[in-house]
Amino acid sequence: MPETAALLAHLESMRRIRSFEEEVTRLRATGEVVGSVHLCNGQEAIYVGACAALDLSRDAVFPTYRGHGWTLACGAPPHALFAELLGRATGINGGRGGSAYLSAPEYGMYGENSIVGAGAPIAAGAALAATFDGSGRVALAAFGDGAMNQGAVHEAMNFAAVRALPVIFLVENNHYSELTPIADMVRVDRLFKRASAYGMPGARIDGNDPEAVRQAVAEAVRRARSGAGPVLLEAMTQRIVGHYIGDAQHYRPSGDLDAALAAEPIGRLGRDLLGLGVAQSELDELEARVAREIADASARALADPVADPTTVLEHLYA
Amino acid sequence: MPETKNLSYAESVNAALRRALAERPEALLFGEDVAAPGGVFGVTKGLRKEFGDRVFDTPISESAILGGAVGAAMFGRRPIAEIMWADFSLVALDQLVNQAANVRYVSRGSLSAPLTVRTQQGNAPGACAQHSQSLEAFFAHVPGLRVCLPATHQDAYDLLLSAIWCDDPVIVIENRTLYHAGKQQVRLGGDVQPVGGAAVRRPGRDVTVLTWGALQHRVLEAADRLAGDGIEAEVLDARWVRPLDLAAVLASVRRTGRLVVAHEAHTVGGVGGEVLAAVAEAGLPLRCPPVRIGAPDTRIPAAPGLAAAVIPSTEVIAEAITKSVRA
Repeated sequence: MPETAALLAHLESMRRIRSFEEEVTRLRATGEVVGSVHLCNGQEAIYVGACAALDLSRDAVFPTYRGHGWTLACGAPPHALFAELLGRATGINGGRGGSAYLSAPEYGMYGENSIVGAGAPIAAGAALAATFDGSGRVALAAFGDGAMNQGAVHEAMNFAAVRALPVIFLVENNHYSELTPIADMVRVDRLFKRASAYGMPGARIDGNDPEAVRQAVAEAVRRARSGAGPVLLEAMTQRIVGHYIGDAQHYRPSGDLDAALAAEPIGRLGRDLLGLGVAQSELDELEARVAREIADASARALADPVADPTTVLEHLYA
Repeated sequence: MPETKNLSYAESVNAALRRALAERPEALLFGEDVAAPGGVFGVTKGLRKEFGDRVFDTPISESAILGGAVGAAMFGRRPIAEIMWADFSLVALDQLVNQAANVRYVSRGSLSAPLTVRTQQGNAPGACAQHSQSLEAFFAHVPGLRVCLPATHQDAYDLLLSAIWCDDPVIVIENRTLYHAGKQQVRLGGDVQPVGGAAVRRPGRDVTVLTWGALQHRVLEAADRLAGDGIEAEVLDARWVRPLDLAAVLASVRRTGRLVVAHEAHTVGGVGGEVLAAVAEAGLPLRCPPVRIGAPDTRIPAAPGLAAAVIPSTEVIAEAITKSVRA
């Protein structure tokens, strides 16, 4: 059983991501954040658990969409993320990446991808580099269940398996590939079974339990670092929001969202902690502390100068 | 120390790869059939034996090859990825256009993807429609990529080294009709040239003919033929279509007052149209309307006789130059 302190740290990290997304929702409603934004509410346990198992000073994370949570879980400051979404000069990518194409390599986050599944072969390449540079780096490619039908993902899994590359392929299975149930798009009941087609291990894990994710990813990291090659993990979770802000989710059957809300990881871990003897007041304090941090980061980002258009041509070539 | 060797175009590419692998320990060479088989055109022969696992075969998976190159390049390797035929790059264009070309820009330079893609293109007798296209305009359209087309043995060596040494993603488009077309003296060693820069292949006063890739040899043949009729064409090899050496084009056109652009690719949406537009925008006084020569707007047929009707011939080029000068 993990120590309560570790679970509280998971809770705080998940709560930071949730509060961030709630603030983004508000900023989108006021028009401060524009464009298409894909929130990760409900899936926080995957990011927090996985990042806790990685050594982000050398390992590399390559998420697909819903990247705010990954970037925060890697340790990037909320202020720099807000600033990025708000098109500020202080944005983590200076306003060039935006919500769906964030990168924060200084925190081990090597680039969200807004092309579904396209990060998988790039992660394989990062792992390929590791087999030559002696860094011991492990690359983690994260993508949704819908990406499991992308050719690039299959090519990456086969390439990684053939060369025993230190890659973890992590599917965030939230049951919907954009607006369509994944069950309507595949004829296997468990996506991780596809791992066997490439000669690598696969497993389904509880994606709403950060500790379960941490343990599974830690084992995959150990295996990858030992030279035994890639793993495919299918983390089961649910979105408790739409595919994008503004998605009315008419396609979700009645009861589906309620079930997701009942199982979502933050409430669940809070209940577990109460059961372990943690006081409600301690949880309230944690929540208030994170809320202040997020409100402050958002306010500071809103006050920052917008990105300077005279720099728009910079950084295209070396 | 530079030395000169008698090499085929394919051997010149091989020599550049050998030098890169020897001088850049971070260089990797991979692709379909490049290692043990030595490449389907024999270009990578012997490199696996000499450099071991830094030269390796991949599955027939262009997304994995190019995406793997992007990821490896982001982490300090110098991947040289072979796409066997340029037509096959379309299978994985995402990794070049959406991924490699974006990495530096969106990360404000904190990440980069210094990869080299080697491929070959163009029509050769009997090649089918999916093995015959000239795709440089596709790549040249993408900010963040660099594209060159070595047309000489020396450039097959020099431009590839420039590409590998460059800190940006570069696509080197070779031409398979040149691989084994004969040997020439090639200077090996010496300084690696920076990216960019056109070359005058034949000086002339009457008309500027800008060309690149394999078609250049027909252009030179046409120019030599026309010299007998008193027409002195200046043949300029663009070498790089991105960055295009517009200054060299403008300087030549200022002297000659006439411009013909000749390429094997389709004229519609091609680089030739871009050159004509740039010359028009520069406001140069032309003595006659500028001309584009390229493949007509059709698919490329397999039968040699049909293909010959599509790819600009020496006669077609000579005629266009003559018309331009006599206009």
